[in-house]
Amino acid sequence: MTEMRIFLSQVIAILWKDIRYELRSKQTWLGMGMFALLVLVIFNFTFDLRVDNVSAVAPGVLWIAFIFASLLGLGRTLAAEREQSSMDRLLLCPVNRKAIYLAKLLGNLLFIGVVEIVALPVYALLFNVPLPAALLLIVLLGTLGIATIGTLFSVMAAATRARELLLPILVFPLIVPVVISVIQATQQLMVPTVNEPPWIGLLIAFDIIFLSISMLTFQYVIEE
Amino acid sequence: MALTKQATSIVSSAEEHTNDVDRESPARLPIAASLILGGLSCIGMLASIWLIFFYTPIDALQGVTQRIFYFHVPTAWVGMSAFVVMTIAGIIYLIKPDERLDWIARASGEIGAVFLTFLLITGSLWGKPIWGAWWVWDPKLTAALILWFMFIGYLMLRSYMGRTAESARIGAVWSVVGVIDVPIIYFSVLWWRGQHPGPQITSDGGLPPAAVLTLMVSLATFTLLYCFLMVLVYQLQRLQTQAQRLRAIVEFE
Repeated sequence: MTEMRIFLSQVIAILWKDIRYELRSKQTWLGMGMFALLVLVIFNFTFDLRVDNVSAVAPGVLWIAFIFASLLGLGRTLAAEREQSSMDRLLLCPVNRKAIYLAKLLGNLLFIGVVEIVALPVYALLFNVPLPAALLLIVLLGTLGIATIGTLFSVMAAATRARELLLPILVFPLIVPVVISVIQATQQLMVPTVNEPPWIGLLIAFDIIFLSISMLTFQYVIEE
Repeated sequence: MALTKQATSIVSSAEEHTNDVDRESPARLPIAASLILGGLSCIGMLASIWLIFFYTPIDALQGVTQRIFYFHVPTAWVGMSAFVVMTIAGIIYLIKPDERLDWIARASGEIGAVFLTFLLITGSLWGKPIWGAWWVWDPKLTAALILWFMFIGYLMLRSYMGRTAESARIGAVWSVVGVIDVPIIYFSVLWWRGQHPGPQITSDGGLPPAAVLTLMVSLATFTLLYCFLMVLVYQLQRLQTQAQRLRAIVEFE
């Protein structure tokens, strides 16, 4: 029980450090948010959106914007550590490696979540689609799936040259199942059809699988 | 500055692998093993080409196009096995770091990428006359394509990171996540849509015996070819690591 408390306090301490750092610089939030909005606007030009095809195209547009913006933010998971070269100090702390991962994951989830909360109304406005409450659940689950894998691999890629280049190449193939299920679930929400697999259930299953693999393997990624 | 740091990390990674026996002794290439494996796969390849083009009956529906199947299935088998070998070597590496395991993993990754490229090419060549399209988004095709991306991602990751213990560890984690992800991708696309022909060897005899024989010979040949290439690429990995280490030591001093 006390172990659990210590673990949680470690997670919160690292998370709070990242949040304060981000609140001071505001680089990641602003960058990701503007990027997501720009993607939404660019899609307006690339697709000829009419009333009859908006339900087929809009979920894809939303998720392309979210995934690309998430990758932009995920690439900065260790930005603070890299810029201040404080990674060694973080690793020297008597902190469970899983706590570092969980804190970084929650931080990413929070940063991406804020961007999504801003981008969702804009999306509804630009594409003239309704915004049901269940969409928030799908967005949360989808973001969790992207962030679990993304956090693990952004820490991996941080050690390489050309990390901005490598991160999308590593992350995109792995998040394919999450991408398929979120887009299908979003489409289901707009145009319900029968005999569809339970996409939200699958999404939860994928999130659990990805979270457990990442938790188990994270220590090998940052071990020195 | 950066160069010195990299040199230090390479030298320190050399010290990290203390249980390496090959490092001190001069390179001794397994010429006998590679000659035997190479000879066997050469004979096997000639035999399978003869079997494929002269022995097997022509398919009633697909005609001669079906013969690509005898190349397609073995490349799929070798490509997927290569990923599994890579992952197993990676898992053992994570438990017990030994750079020879990493050479196995990396060699398997390089060979697997080549075979998977052939898999995608032969599949497309077959798909055009039979399905009328070079590519369809069917579960098996999608999973194979993603597997190909994973091989390429692995090779890029490894080449960007250089030959350090960290690179080996990260490569191992990457292959573990990949091996779990590929079946998930397969099923998620399956629930989404499907079209690929199912398994061809069933108990009630989907294939004539001549075709089964050809397929088996072809499978054995490609497995031998994989083993032959593994011996060669493993040696290449070993020599490249040694060369880089010697260069780093010279620069460091």
